[in-house]
Amino acid sequence: MSTNGTGIAAAFEKHLASQQGAPAWWQELKKKAFAAYGALPLPTRKNETWRFASISGLSLEGYDFGATATGAVHTELADRARLVAQRAGRIVFADNQLVAHERVSDELAARGVIFAPLAEAIVKHGDILQEYFMAQDPQLGSEKFAALHTAFVTSGVLLYVPKGVEVDLPFVARTWSATQGGAVLPHTLVITGENAKVTMVDAFDSADRNSRALALGFNHIFAGRGSRIDYYVLQNWSDQTLGFQINSLTAERDATINALAVNIGCNHYRCETQSIMKGEGSHAEMLSLSIADRDQEIDQRTLQIHQAGHATSNLLFKNALADEARTIFSGLIRVAPDAQKTDAYQTNRNLLLSGDAEAHSLPGLEIEANDVKCSHGATTSQIDESELFYMLARGINRAVARELFVFGFFEEVVSKIGNEELASRVRELIQHKFREEEARHA
Amino acid sequence: MPGEDTTALEIDREKGNFSYDIKYAYDAGTGLNEGVVDYICDVKGEDDWIRAFRKKALKIFEEKPMPTHWATKDLETINFDKIRYYLAQDKKPKRTWDEVPDDIKQTFERLGIPEQERKFLAGVEAQFDSEAAYSNIKEAVGKQGVIFMGSTEALMKHPEIFRKYFGKVIPTADNKFSALNSAVFSGGSFIYVPPGVKVSHPLQAYFRINAENFGQFERTLIIADEGAEVTYMEGCTAPKFNTSTLHSAVVELVALKGAKIEYITVQNWAANVFNLVTKRAWAEEGATVKWIDCNIGSRLTMKYPGVVLKGRGARGEVLSIALANDGQHQDTGAKMIHLAPDTTSNIISKSISVGEGRATYRGQVHIPKHLTGCKNNTECDALLINTNSRTDTYPAISVRGNKNFVQHEASVSKVSAEQIFYMMQRGLTEGEAMSLSVNGFVNDLTRQFPMEYSVELKRLIDLEMEGSVG
Repeated sequence: MSTNGTGIAAAFEKHLASQQGAPAWWQELKKKAFAAYGALPLPTRKNETWRFASISGLSLEGYDFGATATGAVHTELADRARLVAQRAGRIVFADNQLVAHERVSDELAARGVIFAPLAEAIVKHGDILQEYFMAQDPQLGSEKFAALHTAFVTSGVLLYVPKGVEVDLPFVARTWSATQGGAVLPHTLVITGENAKVTMVDAFDSADRNSRALALGFNHIFAGRGSRIDYYVLQNWSDQTLGFQINSLTAERDATINALAVNIGCNHYRCETQSIMKGEGSHAEMLSLSIADRDQEIDQRTLQIHQAGHATSNLLFKNALADEARTIFSGLIRVAPDAQKTDAYQTNRNLLLSGDAEAHSLPGLEIEANDVKCSHGATTSQIDESELFYMLARGINRAVARELFVFGFFEEVVSKIGNEELASRVRELIQHKFREEEARHA
Repeated sequence: MPGEDTTALEIDREKGNFSYDIKYAYDAGTGLNEGVVDYICDVKGEDDWIRAFRKKALKIFEEKPMPTHWATKDLETINFDKIRYYLAQDKKPKRTWDEVPDDIKQTFERLGIPEQERKFLAGVEAQFDSEAAYSNIKEAVGKQGVIFMGSTEALMKHPEIFRKYFGKVIPTADNKFSALNSAVFSGGSFIYVPPGVKVSHPLQAYFRINAENFGQFERTLIIADEGAEVTYMEGCTAPKFNTSTLHSAVVELVALKGAKIEYITVQNWAANVFNLVTKRAWAEEGATVKWIDCNIGSRLTMKYPGVVLKGRGARGEVLSIALANDGQHQDTGAKMIHLAPDTTSNIISKSISVGEGRATYRGQVHIPKHLTGCKNNTECDALLINTNSRTDTYPAISVRGNKNFVQHEASVSKVSAEQIFYMMQRGLTEGEAMSLSVNGFVNDLTRQFPMEYSVELKRLIDLEMEGSVG
């Protein structure tokens, strides 16, 4: 990362000038964040939270924080790939510029549902943002990147669903990276009131599959008492993107959060997910599937914090690795001294498709209460030769058999997607990436 | 527990908790500097290369920071300036118990060492503070060409074998405490088993700390030549002082082609001992190294026995039991470094946390690229007895290549109330029921131990579980 602060300082001055019209608290927040960014140390491999990570690949040098694509590109991207036909609302960004905004229906609006771009939210819903914006500090090593994100973020969405409102159709935020060398900063904030229910989908794409870009995304999911949030992240940045995605889930009493991530793109992708079981009876489901190929590095860190008793959490991260790809899974379940009757699980499965791939697994537990059920499991293996032989013997060719295995491997996660249309999109993404990999080897 | 049992067992609990006022002939004083290193070299009459080795190690020790970025902050309470690094009454160990000075002999008699030697051991070495007080090997074993003596003695008598492997399995700079050991090491065992020789009975070493504010830094090197087999057992005790005591050993094992080494530790240091030990083995083609590691005592133990699987078909195993009671932190684990194809490793770790005790498992499994047929299995089970007991698990598994298989599982549980109720209904007290449950939890591991040790371990667990309920 750049230690030479002049380039980024000038970029920040310019950025701050662009925020002149925003509320004073917002500008103040940004100034503080930028100062913190400068003061915080760079991660080193000696930090436990960065163990095994390729720190040298994290240079933020040369990315343009003020990148904007042309209007024509915006129009095209606003139209491209609508993801799901049936939806409750959609917001599209290209290079941090809002290019489309399908608002919620009048009926939902009347019931108090808010689905707004960040720029609008800071003006109209300052009270909500001041309470919830970046309210959970990252605990997995990305403090410096969090500060940088706060300093430069403009795009992003606020989804607020008040008490008792249930929305069945998904809300969609689509973020495009459109400029070579540009930095995109997606931000998603979802808050539910008591017994509310909602689904949110974040989809990240690059207009040009070969462009080099920086993506620095954050999301904060707050599930109020008894509410339920289904949250999906489909990460499909270009192959040359340096990506960060920092997720924070907070579940109040009896609330349920189902979070599912699909990781396809980036050259180097760092993904942190922390969940806090804040109230009794809360539940967090943390699922992830990643396909890494070429020299891709997918670095995943997770933390399940059980603050209250009688809560449950379940994590399943599956990685398929081809070529010379590297994955790191580092997970920790932390059960607080009073969180009795906790049920917490953590599973990491790595499927190695190549002799040069490299999987690191660090599944950890820190338990300070005795009446708990906690377990973790990690396996790293490859396609079973005898199973492959079974398929070959039935006339299925090797490539197809291999694809079937990978699909079978991921289906455990894909089948948990509550929305059929979305599940099909995910299968397409997996297939596309897999076919690309196959084609390279053909 | 029933009253009559308790009194019988109480004596045993305090078995190691006594000390004698010994007049030491050699004392390097308090604190650590080059002078201390020179003093040790001079007393031992060591060659220049050892002196240079020690001094280099001292520099490394001073330069290395405490590993508190991952390890417990409790390490910072060790005051290296207040520790005595070398204390000995005599430089040369005795061959018969009759020659051993009375107070030291009494120490080992109270711990039952001479009796055990008569009963089932092929050789015994007893270390009192810095130097071995007694070292003997049964004649028949000696005739097979087996060498078993203190490290100090071996450095003088067998430098050609010693030097070849010394510091090779565990380099000085491996960690801060291996560097410390390399600077001030004294005592420990040296074993060489010639090709094809199978030592039928275990060799045993007994480590005793007697003096307050003392640091014991023994250095053990065991070499099993091609096709040889040997079992080594070590026991450790110290009296309970108000100030902390440091034990920082380095143990290197070398199993050449087809050799087998089994290394058994039952560590029952007093609750003021910092037990920071580095143990590692090399296993060449077809060789097997098995570490059996029981940690019952000490204030803080940090110990991760490892096997570097260097030759095709080598096998490494770590069976570990840790019991952490109030004021104790057992930070234990295992390391398996696969460097050859078709190597297998197995780690089974069971920990029990009682009261405010804390048990931590740290593991490392490493399989590099282009290896095929490597397998690792890791199982970690933790049992939490009381509400405020604590357990942590931090494994790190790195696998490259697609012809290897690794699995890791860990679980945390408590003794089920139903089980206890069932046993109490049948007339057992709650304490007895608890002891039985805990012994059941570790039973599949202890069954693999030599008889004497599994009995001893069961008794220690009974003792520790006493009063843990309610």
